[in-house]
Amino acid sequence: MRIALFITCFNDTLFPDTGKAMVRLLERLGHTVDFPLEQTCCGQMHFNTGYQREAIPLVRHFVDVFQTAEVVVAPSASCVGMVRDLYPRAAELAGDRRLRNAIAELVPRVFELSELLVRKLNIEDVGAYYPHRVTYHPTCHSLRVLRVGDAPLRLLRAVRGIELVELPHADECCGFGGTFAIKNADTSMAMLGDKMRHVLDTRAEVCASLDNSCLLQIGGGLHRQRAGVRAVHLAEILASTEE
Amino acid sequence: MNKPSVMIDLTPFPQGAQRALANPQLRRNMGKATQTIRAKRAKVVDELPDWEELREAGRAIKERVLRHLHAYLFQLEAAVQRSGGQVHWARDAAEANRIVNEIVQRHGAREVVKVKSLTTDEIQLNAALQAVGIQATETDLAELIIQLAEEHSSHILVPAIHKNRSEIRELFMRTLGIEQLSDDPRELANVARQYLRRQFLAAPIAISGANFAVAETGTICVVESEGNGRMCLTLPPVLISVMGIEKVIPTWQDLEVYLQLLPRSSTGERMNPYTSLWTGVSPGDGPQEFHLVLLDNGRTQVLADALARQTLNCIRCSACLNICPVYERTGGHAYSSVYPGPIGAILTPQLVGVEHAASLPYASSLCGACYDVCPVKINIPQILLHLRGRVVRQKQDHGGLRGKADPESLMMKLIARAFARRERYEQLQTLAVVGQWPFRHGDTISSLPPPLSAWTTMRDIPAVPQQSFRDWWRHRS
Repeated sequence: MRIALFITCFNDTLFPDTGKAMVRLLERLGHTVDFPLEQTCCGQMHFNTGYQREAIPLVRHFVDVFQTAEVVVAPSASCVGMVRDLYPRAAELAGDRRLRNAIAELVPRVFELSELLVRKLNIEDVGAYYPHRVTYHPTCHSLRVLRVGDAPLRLLRAVRGIELVELPHADECCGFGGTFAIKNADTSMAMLGDKMRHVLDTRAEVCASLDNSCLLQIGGGLHRQRAGVRAVHLAEILASTEE
Repeated sequence: MNKPSVMIDLTPFPQGAQRALANPQLRRNMGKATQTIRAKRAKVVDELPDWEELREAGRAIKERVLRHLHAYLFQLEAAVQRSGGQVHWARDAAEANRIVNEIVQRHGAREVVKVKSLTTDEIQLNAALQAVGIQATETDLAELIIQLAEEHSSHILVPAIHKNRSEIRELFMRTLGIEQLSDDPRELANVARQYLRRQFLAAPIAISGANFAVAETGTICVVESEGNGRMCLTLPPVLISVMGIEKVIPTWQDLEVYLQLLPRSSTGERMNPYTSLWTGVSPGDGPQEFHLVLLDNGRTQVLADALARQTLNCIRCSACLNICPVYERTGGHAYSSVYPGPIGAILTPQLVGVEHAASLPYASSLCGACYDVCPVKINIPQILLHLRGRVVRQKQDHGGLRGKADPESLMMKLIARAFARRERYEQLQTLAVVGQWPFRHGDTISSLPPPLSAWTTMRDIPAVPQQSFRDWWRHRS
């Protein structure tokens, strides 16, 4: 299959390794990866912070870039959530019927990584090898906007060498929430404090997730504490092999 | 700025939260209480195979009510009058308080007993009565605790959720003049019972809110746990009920849906212990004079907004408070409103105008847990975003020079403009790599200037890599 990669501005700039892992993984599974260089940002930060007028040109840009793609995949549940859940609302705000139709037509072809693999490509064992003790934090948007269910866990369970340990209170928010982490830094930190305690309780070496934004929060806190636990995107685990 | 009656004070949420987060006892009390009630709710909701259908029915009935609100209210008014009750319409808090005050004065009463009611908290009725020398006594145990402590409620269902029993013991000893008292809940409840019994027997007038009002029959419904409400609703000869206009439901049969949704969502019980229903007055039984005060106080403003109108679906169950990771940690006082938690974060700014409560729509990480548990399917995250949009537009379009020069707004505009074009986006990426050098130590950034210092005070960030993903891709092919 020809798969267009929407890397997201956040991963493009801060976490290129996640993008490289996406390419490695999808090519290993026999797919062709396209990376439309015109892509920039889905507009989630603007939209969620209340700058909805400002987000509309970004929405249009995304639709322009990806409307001809057969399938679009992104290593971010919240950016895919933005496209699926909020783009229709953005089109409504823009009062643009053509945009609305283009979005309705594009949305069913946009997937988060675990959705693409488990739901669309029907694959759970991607041939990965990752000999580490790992706990998995399900992000809020993957659970409650995309409803990916246990798709990421199915993928992780099939990884060879992995020791997967359950995260207590897993479905509670890590406290990132985009600009929430800045505007309500104290509350965000209180939420993160509890999340880190749960991660440390598992004695895992790695905390895995579907979104590097949540991992920036969890990993950033753990790093500051010198806790010795790494935050790693699911794509990087799935891309690892024995060689 | 005048403080609307719904607001307890004008402290912005981040400051209120900061105060609460620094209190370990509060954190402990809140964490324990919300997690217990959350588990109870989950258990009794899982028992019902048709929970999703019930939620949908609960939502659909409310949607119908809101679409024809005026018709149902007129129907309710006629039915109440037919059964011997009197109906009053109040535009706002001041008008509602004046109506209640006039009734109380007419009877020459100096004291009234109250059934737990958020609506009367919203209009600050107790304070209005006190101003003219009338003592209103709260009879719900937790409301009584709050009243004796001269505090404000921190939860819509469990107003004293932030207090533990040893704090309550000290409060009772101090305010009720008791010398010997343990912190055994039964002993504490007994003290309150003896105190309240005197009030029930003495007060000539009771004041309540309403959970539901049935338009076709004129029946008012109050659900509660303790029976103190039942005492108020049956003993005093005069009863005044103040209800928000959105509490009307069309038919008696509709109650069936809500009486299943409400107790399971709120206290985690299959049924609440006391459900009181009354229709006007019945000679020789219960109050002989009944007044229903229908309150707007900003509700028609909410109704006018097609997207956010669903806020008025709320049946005040508090499931969204109990599940909310923000509320769990900050408690209710941080919201500075009679309505705290996720529902408060959307209801308060709509009732008072976003300019009076601009921080509340941001008091959420948008985790979506509130929407999942809401028994009437209010899409709280969607409305939060909608209100954030209003806050920003208010700032940009009506905020004068300060609004135009707002650094956040300027930065957001700049980024949006740059990100709409690949060339400019890539220039900003390069700028980030170069610009980070004063802050970068090895692979890590541990300190940034404001506003990003709010991030780095407690978390690290990996340094921006020299090669972005797109650069890697370009070199690869």
